[in-house]
Amino acid sequence: MNQTANSGNSTEPMISLSGVGKWYGAFQALDNINMSVAKGEKIVLCGPSGSGKSTLIRCINHLEAYQKGDIHVGGIMLGHGSKTIDAVRREVGMVFQQFNLFPHLTVLQNCMLAPMRSLGLEKAQAEDRARTLLERVKISEQAEKYPAQLSGGQQQRVAIARALCMRPKAMLFDEPTSALDPEMVKEVLDTMIALAEEGMTMICVTHEMGFARQVADRVIFMASGAIVEEAPPAEFFSNPKHERTRKFLGEILGRH
Amino acid sequence: MGREEFLFLLAGLKWTVALSVVAFICGSIAGLMVALARTSGIFIVERLTAGYIAVFQGTPLLMQLFVVYYGLALIGIQMDAWAAVSVGLTLHASAFLGEIWRGSIEAVPRGQTEAAKALSLGYVSRMKDVVLPQAIRISLPATIGFLVQLIKGTSLASIVGFTELTRAGNIISNQIFQPLTVFGVVGALYFLMCCPLTIYGAHLERKFLTASR
Repeated sequence: MNQTANSGNSTEPMISLSGVGKWYGAFQALDNINMSVAKGEKIVLCGPSGSGKSTLIRCINHLEAYQKGDIHVGGIMLGHGSKTIDAVRREVGMVFQQFNLFPHLTVLQNCMLAPMRSLGLEKAQAEDRARTLLERVKISEQAEKYPAQLSGGQQQRVAIARALCMRPKAMLFDEPTSALDPEMVKEVLDTMIALAEEGMTMICVTHEMGFARQVADRVIFMASGAIVEEAPPAEFFSNPKHERTRKFLGEILGRH
Repeated sequence: MGREEFLFLLAGLKWTVALSVVAFICGSIAGLMVALARTSGIFIVERLTAGYIAVFQGTPLLMQLFVVYYGLALIGIQMDAWAAVSVGLTLHASAFLGEIWRGSIEAVPRGQTEAAKALSLGYVSRMKDVVLPQAIRISLPATIGFLVQLIKGTSLASIVGFTELTRAGNIISNQIFQPLTVFGVVGALYFLMCCPLTIYGAHLERKFLTASR
């Protein structure tokens, strides 16, 4: 679904990282990451905790600074100045593990704030857009409530709607279901699946392997800050090549 | 103590209130700047404001008033007592409120700022729309506590010759030689201003405690 006409050359990847490296002092958090995500592609990033997967997607919208390499998003090269950072952040939405809704604003106000402040929408326009998207995540009847009055699953769906209100070209999901009670995981995954089916470009850090099987075009496995293996889900799950991948899959699938 | 004496005390009370209000409003504006500078992430700015706060927290308010009142006169800036104590109390309040609000700004979860950044909100909107409304809530009990301190602190203005409530009491006491009665009344007047604020602060604290559960 092409929401913005001006999305550049269609053969150009939506998101690309080349040679990205990041250090916390002497500790190397990301090691020579090369990755390219085409428009409409869905990527699932997985790996043991501390493998750098969250750090990686947080670099894409510059919530984390990186020291080496280049990141391009929607034709914009992400520099370290605030101009290109803001431009990139307008193009990619992010959903967090802890939802991070603004607790002092209603659901509707949460969704209207950024379109008004950063896209310059009029209040009525922003409200229209917010209500449409709340409808789409099936939570429109909660628009006047405050986040604390909602369940975790509902809050996360609001967070998705809030990100979509910016009409992003791509969405980043950082363990969106990890903080949820088990019975609420499905409603959030269903929302993400619906979004995927509409053609959104998505990078999801998640341990929901069922979601990966159903939705992902590629699964990328990371360990110790590096990409170890990437493959389409069928191949990734049935025939993992690396020992570390096998070990990880054994642990994560063995749990169920 | 007669009616006239009491009215004189009330006139002093009026100046105590005026001084408290001016110091609190001006101190709040300056204190907000201090808190923002203190959390700016710019090393040199943060160090400088930390120094500013340390100076005002580490010296007695009375000294600060003396320095403003006599010191500024020495370098050729003439101010009447009212202006001098206003400036002195404003500086004092800005440092304390700045530190209280720095703590509150830092108490707002990091995820809030990150979510705002991810939505490409700029610094001004991040602060004004997201962080400060939450920080103010967190800081209200401590802010009210400081306001009570500030109201009582205005009594030190009497020493540089400004006729607020305490000095008015002093004057009356010297006229009618009933210090216990006079200062009893003066104390009661301070209490009537401060106690409701303290109770209100405690009430807010309880309210936020239950709200955050």
